[in-house]
Amino acid sequence: MNNKEKWIAFYTILRREIRRFMRIWPQTLLPPVITMILYFVIFGQLIGSRIGSMAGLPYIQFVAPGLIMMSVITNSYSNVVSSFFGLKFQRNIEELLVSPVPNWIILLGYIAGGMCRGLGVGILVTLMALYFTSFSIHSLTVTVAIVLMTSLMFSIAGLINAIFATSFDDISIIPTFVLTPLTYLGGVFYSINLLGDFWRDVSMFNPILYMVNAFRFGISGITDIDIIWSFSMVGLASIILFLYALYLLEKGSRLRS
Amino acid sequence: MDLPALSIKNLTKIYNDSFKALDGISLDVRQGDFFALLGPNGAGKSTTIGIICSLVRKTEGTISVFQHDVDQDFSSAKHLIGVVPQEFNFNQFEKPIDILITQAGYFGIKASIASVRAEKYLKQLGLWEKRNDFSRNLSGGMKRRLMIARALIHEPKLLILDEPTAGVDIELRRSMWNFLKEINGNGTTIILTTHYLEEAENLCRNIAIIDHGKIIENTSMKSLLKMLDRETFVLDLSNEIDACPEIEGYSISLKDQNQIEVEIPKSESLNELFSELSKKNISIISMRNKTNRLEELFLGMVEKNLGQESQK
Ligand SMILES: Nc1ncnc2c1ncn2[C@@H]1O[C@H](COP(=O)(O)OP(=O)(O)OP(=O)(O)O)[C@@H](O)[C@H]1O
Ligand SMILES: [Mg+2]
Repeated sequence: MNNKEKWIAFYTILRREIRRFMRIWPQTLLPPVITMILYFVIFGQLIGSRIGSMAGLPYIQFVAPGLIMMSVITNSYSNVVSSFFGLKFQRNIEELLVSPVPNWIILLGYIAGGMCRGLGVGILVTLMALYFTSFSIHSLTVTVAIVLMTSLMFSIAGLINAIFATSFDDISIIPTFVLTPLTYLGGVFYSINLLGDFWRDVSMFNPILYMVNAFRFGISGITDIDIIWSFSMVGLASIILFLYALYLLEKGSRLRS
Repeated sequence: MDLPALSIKNLTKIYNDSFKALDGISLDVRQGDFFALLGPNGAGKSTTIGIICSLVRKTEGTISVFQHDVDQDFSSAKHLIGVVPQEFNFNQFEKPIDILITQAGYFGIKASIASVRAEKYLKQLGLWEKRNDFSRNLSGGMKRRLMIARALIHEPKLLILDEPTAGVDIELRRSMWNFLKEINGNGTTIILTTHYLEEAENLCRNIAIIDHGKIIENTSMKSLLKMLDRETFVLDLSNEIDACPEIEGYSISLKDQNQIEVEIPKSESLNELFSELSKKNISIISMRNKTNRLEELFLGMVEKNLGQESQK
């Protein structure tokens, strides 16, 4: 395939991914928006008004960036994991396997699809947040960069999960037992400075903490940790995961009998 | 001789490190041929096809399509192959038109070109009215035709169909045959598997029979039919008879009072039989071949192979 053909193949995969999550929007776009409205009402307004401030911010302004990040993470991940697993499960992946599309284009196409959903939901949730509170942007570059990188990383992770999955249970295990706890414990709802030394040190092993803090820094200028760490960690993790996903596709043993 | 469209050498497939589904198959298919790959359930037909179009990983052997090795030169090889799989494998929630344009996109074909082709093939295969329905709602026969259209969208030179007429009604089957003949007439090499031997006889010039992962016969349809040297006819009689008539040179058996079976060498003329029967005052109201003769031959070959396998 020449470059133009590769571009067409990439664009075809991306278009199909976007069509998929738009077609089933009551499953893909609506739930995160409703969940986030509930979070804003309960944690932001009802309980938040009693908490007062957290790390020097009104509570609603403290949680809003974390909640936005949380929806970007879960939506990027679940878009790729369910779409790619569905492709495998229906044997629909054979359409790609009989075609000359190189694996790295398949990978990029699915990642781009996951990012479109993750960022799309992120924008919707941000608009919701603006209804409940207002925030100025401290650093647009940091904000945009960390959202893009986080969405990228979790899209790749979702693809790896889908390659390994052999049943529908396998695609919900990681989101339920790994992603959700890590997000809840990742400084979305509280500043880790509230924790004792031990739990604060433990929290430092949670990658989501770094992303949430970098994002919060981008918006409000306030962070619990050095954001250089955030960028290096997410960047490195994305590269490693990308190469691993590519290796799995090239090997093909989980896609072909 | 011109270059083969497909050349398989020593192909072996072992599933899960334990089950040998293909045992050193070698096969050549000429350009422009209409080729049948026959064999009982589980013989290894779909496995062979799966390996040709890289859905199944081979254990050993080489495959080339118009001289392009499917591993080394996979991009060119894949552009040349179109495949209609045995099982439905399109996304049931997508529309036929989108399925075709997406598949074309995977081959790097622009949407503007793809939509012209999609219209052409959907119309030829009688699916144009259904182009915007959920493909889940198509009938079984329509789904098969959708997969044929999808296989043709990048205009391959080698079309491989794995049981394309399974579950397709008689009328539709005939129209599918005509469609395939036309495509073959325009220069596309076609390989097809089927369990309807009538279909193979009707369409194909060359055949291979595969059984237990081995090729047990690879010949032309003509010479296969020549191997059928005897035929059995069933004759229905207008009057009842009690004893089986005896006629020199024919083996006749009485089925019931109104029916006899006659086995005849192919070279023998039937006139003699009829005149002998009328001399005996036996008149015939109808006659037919006992079973599809090709089917009998096929069963004979597979049984013989089974005997050889079990002797090992
Ligand atoms: N993915 C797989 N894993 C393990 N064994 C398999 C797999 N696919 C096929 N087989 C086995 O390989 C053998 C050949 O199967 P194949 O599908 O090639 O047969 P076939 O000739 O197409 O049969 P049919 O006419 O029923 O379609 C069968 O015994 C089958 O059980
Ligand atoms: Mg089969």
